Amino acid sequence: MAKGKVVINEDRCKGCELCTTVCPHKILALDPKKINKLGYHPVTLTDPEECIGCALCARMCPDCVIEVYRE
Amino acid sequence: MKPVFTRPRSLADVSTHYCPGCTHGIVHRLIAEAIDELDIAERTIGVAPVGCAVLAYNYFNVDFQEAAHGRAPAVATGIKRALPDRVVFTYQGDGDLASIGTAEIVHAANRGEAITVIYVNNAIYGMTGGQMAPTTLAGQKTTTSPFGRDVEVCGYPIRMAELLATLVAPRYIARVAVNSPAHIQQAKRAIKRAFEVQVNDHGFALVEVLSTCPTNWGLPPKKALAWLEENMIPYYPLGEFKVPKEAE
Repeated sequence: MAKGKVVINEDRCKGCELCTTVCPHKILALDPKKINKLGYHPVTLTDPEECIGCALCARMCPDCVIEVYRE
Repeated sequence: MKPVFTRPRSLADVSTHYCPGCTHGIVHRLIAEAIDELDIAERTIGVAPVGCAVLAYNYFNVDFQEAAHGRAPAVATGIKRALPDRVVFTYQGDGDLASIGTAEIVHAANRGEAITVIYVNNAIYGMTGGQMAPTTLAGQKTTTSPFGRDVEVCGYPIRMAELLATLVAPRYIARVAVNSPAHIQQAKRAIKRAFEVQVNDHGFALVEVLSTCPTNWGLPPKKALAWLEENMIPYYPLGEFKVPKEAE
């Protein structure tokens, strides 16, 4: 069971990848199969079970795309 | 599950016009968090600059006034003197504050106006297309310094935080960066303190925030974070240059 949960507002993501640089478990990556309303590949969680809910991604995101919840 | 991180109430729930990876968005969020934590949204008035952040009034759920280029500290002075119970802050870039608005910021600081200034330094003119700014680093290539900034011709990049810290009246002056989670935490504390100085001590406070401009630096956003760390921080050291105790 994952300790944390992130909710990504995909249509606001600009694909800058700043969040991917700070994730301690390296489970954030751009989804090459999706294109959002803004025309970018949005970020996605590659392995939700690994999320610890540290919220570093949310604090690094310039567009407030990510919300984080924890047990 | 309990929320660990959600959008601050004072930050409008809209998409910004900033380029992908531009750290203006982080600075906006930190200001909104400080306003929320101090519970001052109802009596806060922001003053927007000219530059990339010209549309900042669309991104905060507080009252806002647009100023002419560089004149935000003068406009903020007028608002604060007419409505002294309001919390007034300006949001300015380096082209706005350190170039065309140098006179306004120096004299507002020297008069000790009880305003909070958030000064975003990304070492380049962003909105107009990447021209050399007063803060552009020696040797840095821009559209108007294609061979790198020549300090013999253009002078050295200006350190506004240190310059203003030599004045008697300002209560709080700090420089922070937003290129890593640790620096973002420090930036958050400094920005909150800059608002507290206005609310509690009725003094002038300025926070210089080192920020990235991936588009005009010609770097991918991830590399821009490293460029800031390796090039800007050595020339623009982080820290608090003036704290309330020293001013008294």
